[in-house]
Amino acid sequence: MPESLTRAVRWDTVVGALLIVLLLLSFSTVDGFGNALNLSFLIGNTLPIALIALPMTLLVVSGEIDLSVASTAGLSGSVMGALWNQGMTIETIIPICLLLGVVCGLVNGLLVTRLGLPSLAVTIGTLAAYRGIAQIILGSDAVTDFPTQYLDFAAGRIGDTFIPQAFLPFVVLLAIAVVALHATPFGRSLFAIGANEEAARFAGIRVKRHKLILFTVTGLMASLTGIFWALHYASARYDNATGLELSVVAAVLLGGIDFDGGKGTLGGAIAGVFLLGALQNVMSLQDVSAQSQIVVTGVLLVLSVLGPRVARQISVARAGRRAASTPTSSLSSPS
Amino acid sequence: MTYPSDAGPTPVLSLKDVSKSFGAVRALRDVSLELFRGEVHALAGENGAGKSTLIKTLAGVHRPDAGQVLLDGEPVLFHGPGDARDAGIAVIYQEPTLFPDLSIAENIFMGRQPRRALGRIDHKATHSATLALMQRLGVELDPDRPARGLSIADQQIVEIAKALSFEARVLIMDEPTAALTGSEVARLFGVVRTLREQGAAVLFISHRLEEIFQICQRVTTLRDGAWIASEPIDGMTEDDLVRRMVGRDLDELYPKQDVRPGEVALSVRRLTREGVFTDVSFEVRHGEIVGLAGLVGAGRTEVARAVFGIDRWDAGEVEVQGRKLTNGAPSTAMASGLALVPEDRRAQGLVMDMSIERNIGLTGLRTTVKAGLVDRGAERSRSLDWAVKLQVKYARIADTVNTLSGGNQQKVVLAKWLATGPRVLIVDEPTRGIDVGTKAEVHRLLSELAADGVAVLMISSDLPEILGMADRVLVMHEGRLTAEIPRSEATEESVMAAATGRAAA
Repeated sequence: MPESLTRAVRWDTVVGALLIVLLLLSFSTVDGFGNALNLSFLIGNTLPIALIALPMTLLVVSGEIDLSVASTAGLSGSVMGALWNQGMTIETIIPICLLLGVVCGLVNGLLVTRLGLPSLAVTIGTLAAYRGIAQIILGSDAVTDFPTQYLDFAAGRIGDTFIPQAFLPFVVLLAIAVVALHATPFGRSLFAIGANEEAARFAGIRVKRHKLILFTVTGLMASLTGIFWALHYASARYDNATGLELSVVAAVLLGGIDFDGGKGTLGGAIAGVFLLGALQNVMSLQDVSAQSQIVVTGVLLVLSVLGPRVARQISVARAGRRAASTPTSSLSSPS
Repeated sequence: MTYPSDAGPTPVLSLKDVSKSFGAVRALRDVSLELFRGEVHALAGENGAGKSTLIKTLAGVHRPDAGQVLLDGEPVLFHGPGDARDAGIAVIYQEPTLFPDLSIAENIFMGRQPRRALGRIDHKATHSATLALMQRLGVELDPDRPARGLSIADQQIVEIAKALSFEARVLIMDEPTAALTGSEVARLFGVVRTLREQGAAVLFISHRLEEIFQICQRVTTLRDGAWIASEPIDGMTEDDLVRRMVGRDLDELYPKQDVRPGEVALSVRRLTREGVFTDVSFEVRHGEIVGLAGLVGAGRTEVARAVFGIDRWDAGEVEVQGRKLTNGAPSTAMASGLALVPEDRRAQGLVMDMSIERNIGLTGLRTTVKAGLVDRGAERSRSLDWAVKLQVKYARIADTVNTLSGGNQQKVVLAKWLATGPRVLIVDEPTRGIDVGTKAEVHRLLSELAADGVAVLMISSDLPEILGMADRVLVMHEGRLTAEIPRSEATEESVMAAATGRAAA
């Protein structure tokens, strides 16, 4: 195989290509896919996953995970509804909810960095705890009467296009996350931490501080998502966004972020998010049963863990041969 | 047991005109090797000479492209390591992999424990069989002791016992002494001699030439995948062997320049980390190379880690160029001009899956920055600059470091730290496991750095290296500094006496 071909075997590229193929196929063959309403649904329903996927990608790259994100989102929505019922203005409520998200993230981060607990265990615990608090706060109420201009923003589209208004702020956040992960010393450090935490420490990288910042930002983004969710669906309930953490993790892994840390690109992760979102949308349009959709998602998740490894093994093997071949480059190739 | 003559018996195991290629790389070219009963045979060659490929061919991991592997004179084809093991060939690696929570006996008989009725494991039989193996080796290790906490030397003994339990006739020892102290090496050699007397054939690999002369009867040298010579050790000198290995006369191995020491650069005062080291005080001046000797476990590495801020200290203080360091903060240590080249390059020195460029770049993330972003141009030129200065052999600067040989990986670690422009450099086992040519390069580099005014603290278990390079030798024993010996008085005897605590009494 020519080298140019094998070098192109990068999983994030593969996922990006799959997304484009799926979109092209769907536009031409799936009835109802291409109309503006459906596309805006697709994007709007995927946005919560995409929003949380941004910090989650950074976390997984650094070798950690946060499974409490959906509960933080739910708690945030719950508090939002409760305070609204108290008669507070939405302009006061939103900063409070964001601050709450920061606290939720900080708790996770402190438990992981100060006590040295594994983040998987810590955040499974807070997943239950935050959701429980959400239920205590709002009970089984559903708060729906938020101010119209906010509801319109969260559900509306830009002019006559299919693009939701909330997509623009997301693009800004995406750009910030891409730069943070791929162009700053902070992001570079995250890759080192995820790949070899010990070596990162020996290189003078403040590992715990980096992780604490990531957990805090993740909490903040989760609560932002919770606010968006409540406004987008015009319903603040304690069980908002239940199970969203699995979609986020699935999409991020599908996008080629290594579960063991140290590898992946944010572009791949976001391609994974929208691939999963588009696939679910298409399956719904084709009247695929909900159960079958879950099976497809599950199979994809397994493939997503397998795929990048296979792709990487191929390229590592090639790189190994390339490096090994230099001292004896004068020798003719046996082939 | 006598050493076989040319007309003597057939070799137990031999390679005949074996070639092996990986893609376009010819790792072995027409290599032949004969191992006889009752001999210890050295395999010499620089990193990348083909030693690993040869071992893996003997051990059944690789199948030769051309040529034959002969067992007792008969051609054999190993389909995997299991075949080789069943044929009585065992490989002892530098760092054994035991199950830490299982006992020594369980490790040895893993998966094939003696059974009692109903398939239950017969612990008594396992225990006594292990005891018998230990007696054969002439060592005392409790079969019921868990593997966790065993020294690397003891773990190797367990691996050797395991090999014996498979009735191994050929033992391949791949750099078994790299992580051992002097007395552990002596014990290992005792075991090897016992095995030889019992008729085993041993293939011995070591970068320490003096060991080859100590224990081996014959030596086969490889260079760039080709067979150079197989000959008796008797009558050879170390220089002869080095010439065979590198194909030329080697520059001096310890090119220490005379330097007049300057101001105090690193000052460690009464440093204590409870249960690890106690009341350690010393100074290193600009231009000086200070050796830190001691047995493995004496606390040398731990002092270095604490000074650099990886671990916290409980009492005492550290000053670099007159500036007090913060406890437990490598970043402030770096900012003060301190660098630490850690002992384990794979676990601590490098991110193996990351490129050469980015590994070197990791220490410059604070400096190669433009408007808050990594300045990739500056990062690349900084990395390239140092990779070239240290003559790292690589295909592309963007290749991951796990594609490099051990010696070149070590150069990348050095590059990574020298790129920070340190004024105080701590190197922990800077030449462990690297070939003699690279070793001389590293020594020349350290000497040049010292001449440029860098204060160098060199931790090493390689006594000739300490004696050859250090202006002063500090010796640690059981967590305390027990001696400070000037270059003129430092000998193997005086350093070892302090390291084993004899001088302290």
